[in-house]
Amino acid sequence: MDHVKYIDKTTAYYKGEGYEKPYAWAHYDSVPFTPLSKPLSECKVALLSTSEIAVRYDPETEDNPIVEDGFRAIYPVPTNIPTDRLYSRADAYDANATHLEDINSFFPVDRMHEALAAGRIGSMPDRFYGAYNNYSQRKVLEEEAPKVLEYCRADNIDVAVTVPV
Amino acid sequence: MSLISRYLEENGIPTVMIASAKDIVEHCGVARLLFVDYPLGNPCGEPYDVTQQRQVFDMALDLLESAAGPRTTWDAGLVWSGGNAWKDLVFTEEQPFTTGEALVAWKARKEKYRELKAEGKV
Repeated sequence: MDHVKYIDKTTAYYKGEGYEKPYAWAHYDSVPFTPLSKPLSECKVALLSTSEIAVRYDPETEDNPIVEDGFRAIYPVPTNIPTDRLYSRADAYDANATHLEDINSFFPVDRMHEALAAGRIGSMPDRFYGAYNNYSQRKVLEEEAPKVLEYCRADNIDVAVTVPV
Repeated sequence: MSLISRYLEENGIPTVMIASAKDIVEHCGVARLLFVDYPLGNPCGEPYDVTQQRQVFDMALDLLESAAGPRTTWDAGLVWSGGNAWKDLVFTEEQPFTTGEALVAWKARKEKYRELKAEGKV
């Protein structure tokens, strides 16, 4: 069975809801490409996700280990937080077909730690990069993308794995 | 996410994306895409299927190493264990994508943004 055509489906769906002007999905003719400059086993690898990751903590006794400094902006998720304390706040997923109860099904932190332990990747920074789902392409291009690059440069990142939910 | 991936590539950082909305990502155009043909929410493998999640992550790393140029898409070749019925139901009137709860949360965020904007904080 062929893959779902989300652009066509959402356009038809929202038209049915009374929205005449369809969302203009980002589109480019040219695509930038950077080849790997060294073996992956020597690369420092970043993980970026729009799963709106948050951490369970007790506000009575501890501070939130995740510190966000903007409104739905890019934020750091410390890599030493146990996976079972992480959860997703995202609601833009197919709730009829599945769930977001298993972090590693959309934010592969344990799989990444395993790849590191196996020597498949060289190293990881001490933070994953969190993002929100955002409909404003201007905000993504002018604020979020430069922020992620800033994180990558500060962390000496060689390659990035990106996962939209 | 495609836009951020493109931005990183433009600035010398190779990327690989693991995603399920193939048409949206390819419409934008990214360097490397590992396509997992699953309902939105589990692009890295089915919940609690550690073996499959390892397989997906390994494949993404293989793609990082192997792609010779932009717009390289690999299909992970996985089929959702519950079958493909979800594909016919997604974004249909009988099964709206967002729940009423999600819509309320979205409206609250929009309101919060307006407040912050009025205060000049964003």
